[in-house]
Amino acid sequence: MSSHFKTLQSKHIGYWMIVILLAVMALAGYGAAHYMEVQGHWVTGMNNQVVWGLPHVFAIFLILAASGALNVASISSVFGRKVYKPWSRLSALLAVCLLVAGLIVLVLDLGRPERLIVAMTHYNFKSIFAWNIFLYTGFILVVAGYLWTMFERGMNHHTSKAGVFAFAWRFVLTSGTGSIFGFLVARQFYDAAMMVPMFIVLSLILGTAIFILLSLLLAQWSQQPVLPELLERLASLLAIFIVLELFLVTVFHFTNLYATEHHGIERFILIDGGIYTFIFWVGQIFLGGVVPAVLVFLSAWGQSPQGIKLVAILAVLGAMSQLYVTIIGGQAYPLVLFPGKEVSSTFYDGVVAQYSPSMPELLLGVGGVALAVLLVILATRILPFMPDDRVSRSAS
Amino acid sequence: MSLSCKSKQPDGQRRRLLGGIAGAVSLGGGFSLIELALAKSEDEAISSLNRWGLLIDTAKCASGCDACVKGCNTEHNLEGFDRPETDAQWIRKLEVTDRQTGHVSSLPMLCQHCEDPPCVDVCPTGASFRRQDGVVLVDKHTCIGCRYCVMACPYKARSFVHESLYNQKSYSPRGKGTVESCTLCVHRIDDDRTPACVESCNRDGNGAMVFGDLNDADSQIAKTMRDSASRQVREDLGLNTGVRYQNL
Repeated sequence: MSSHFKTLQSKHIGYWMIVILLAVMALAGYGAAHYMEVQGHWVTGMNNQVVWGLPHVFAIFLILAASGALNVASISSVFGRKVYKPWSRLSALLAVCLLVAGLIVLVLDLGRPERLIVAMTHYNFKSIFAWNIFLYTGFILVVAGYLWTMFERGMNHHTSKAGVFAFAWRFVLTSGTGSIFGFLVARQFYDAAMMVPMFIVLSLILGTAIFILLSLLLAQWSQQPVLPELLERLASLLAIFIVLELFLVTVFHFTNLYATEHHGIERFILIDGGIYTFIFWVGQIFLGGVVPAVLVFLSAWGQSPQGIKLVAILAVLGAMSQLYVTIIGGQAYPLVLFPGKEVSSTFYDGVVAQYSPSMPELLLGVGGVALAVLLVILATRILPFMPDDRVSRSAS
Repeated sequence: MSLSCKSKQPDGQRRRLLGGIAGAVSLGGGFSLIELALAKSEDEAISSLNRWGLLIDTAKCASGCDACVKGCNTEHNLEGFDRPETDAQWIRKLEVTDRQTGHVSSLPMLCQHCEDPPCVDVCPTGASFRRQDGVVLVDKHTCIGCRYCVMACPYKARSFVHESLYNQKSYSPRGKGTVESCTLCVHRIDDDRTPACVESCNRDGNGAMVFGDLNDADSQIAKTMRDSASRQVREDLGLNTGVRYQNL
């Protein structure tokens, strides 16, 4: 079936401008990471209260998006929906590129990134991080094999099986990512099994939204429109995922609100947490949740290409907001060492931690996103990942 | 080797036996033989027969006294960069106020050297580890600086080294980009001395800290804990901490 796919060899000026811009952003990200490593993390906004900052928000954003980006390929291979098939290669490619970029951001933010080899040779299998090293690298191999079955004509009959395996792997992977927080018994906002389903659905949202945006971007250069039917289906799926996430977030907070021990953190996130409360209600719930869901389900414009593009952008904004509130807000709230008592010290016990993202962190995170898109664009120049007209029309 | 966690032989009883023999010999031979017999040789392994711990009496620990903190900072050269948000703190004084009664307790907070440490559980490379004698440490050679242990510690006892360090003590290795915390002064323990914080508290403070072997029924710490109530911070987590508090 490779004859029905093509490379993307655009000579469009906008194409090259974006490629150069992405390359500069990726290089700036690397430069920022180098600066952080040489100077030490004191030049970032991170400190001994908020030890995971903006780079972790971006890294987890990319890793979750990677898992979710496989949606289109999965729906094609696992559920046999033909309208998705022309875009399944791009979907798998996007998944790999997002994951690679996410891992690079994660590694570059380590205190000792040059010790990556230590992480690859010393394992503590009680650590979910150690599991994730296998889940993430395994995902790249699994999806590479999946792509091979799509590309190699003689292997096409294995695509469905490879798709099912990749589908199962990505759920385990996202469960592992959610467990990073779910297993943290010490922190008031984490230590909850609900982190796993919330992260799984968040990955479905992110992956779908980013696929929509990227396919629309590439389609304009390849003279290959994304079929309206596919776009509408993806938008509906995205809206369903968003509503599902709103439900899970509601359950999570209601469960917390029932337990007195969690009233402090809930009050912080929902009422008086300043920037975190604002991002929660405005970014995560309203702009990233209610508005896109209403646009898709209750508005005809929300089903138009422009409307769908806005819905996807809002979904990304909402997911990013949720990750920021979860990762940064969860750390900003002080550890509870003595329930029912007030504590104070020279080490910021009992007070809300201050965190302001620094420019190096932002550059590293944005550089990671740029790298992911750049890798996709470059890969589509080399191998036929993009659908061509015949397949798209026959499938429709 | 301080960081060794291999057990070559059960040594606690052997050391006591040798101490007894040496004591008998000392009747005619002087104290040097006792010291010789009790001193730990370089290749003597750490043993799970010991469980080193601290007992802190908050009734004696005075608000405003930070002798233990100063002792630790001097011992490990923890002088910071005047950046309190990123400077390391291995031990800190906490003021704990009961919201209902207004009662205020003052106490030092440090690594609690848990029997089941969450920091060790989450460490991907095994750099965070627990010696057989209960001391929780970080292997600075395999720590990759992921900070997951800092996220996992219920006591906020760990610090990430945010910048280059100078004038380090040879017995207390530290490094930019790695995580660190109280070592319970293993270099002193392995030399049969008490941790610096305890020494400072006894010398310059109010004698609120007792160090010893929780497994040795004859030790002062074990006797005191048997005779009077003590508690763990965040007992609900079931971590069986090596640091306990009285009158809290």
